[in-house]
Amino acid sequence: MFVPSTEELKLRIESAIPGARAEVTDLTGGGDHFRASVLAPEFAGMSRIEQHRRVYAVFGPDIGGPIHALSLETRAE
Amino acid sequence: MSETTENPIREAIADAINDHEVILFMKGTPERPACGFSARTVAALEATGARFAAVDILPDPRIRQELSALSNWPTIPQLFVKGELVGGCDIVVEMYESGELAETLGVAPPADAPDHAPAGNEPGAPPLQIQNNLES
Repeated sequence: MFVPSTEELKLRIESAIPGARAEVTDLTGGGDHFRASVLAPEFAGMSRIEQHRRVYAVFGPDIGGPIHALSLETRAE
Repeated sequence: MSETTENPIREAIADAINDHEVILFMKGTPERPACGFSARTVAALEATGARFAAVDILPDPRIRQELSALSNWPTIPQLFVKGELVGGCDIVVEMYESGELAETLGVAPPADAPDHAPAGNEPGAPPLQIQNNLES
């Protein structure tokens, strides 16, 4: 099981969503509660729910697994 | 033996979503939230003055599993209004701060409602007795 880091989460978001820029912080310092702020061109025209689903989909079952919580803020570029 | 496709938990969740105009799936209860995200979501909902039903997902891991499969949303809490997923803690708090939440819930925000979403009580110990509203 992988141990998530802010850098790894950032890389996974940015490599899965074209043109995305992500800033990830570890909310508790415990390596399992994160907050990500994500800007991506493809979010234009998507509802907030769809934008968040898109980011959650990057991590699949890791959300609720090693990543206990991922708080999101998403914006279209 | 015939294979059954019945999924009573998923059906109970779907019924609960359809039967309640505003329903929150959360960890713990509104009185004793067991997670900070659930606590913040409850606090934002309560600050609008709207009435809402709440289901504690903790008593049975299958509730969360089936809920997430149904809603295509991986985390808890999840707020549904009129049968539609509105979002989790981040979206609910953002909507509270923009005034959109009261509008979505069909209530007028109280005149003394704070601009920033209230922090919510610190999560307490899990309640001794858990009411699973899905089964009532």
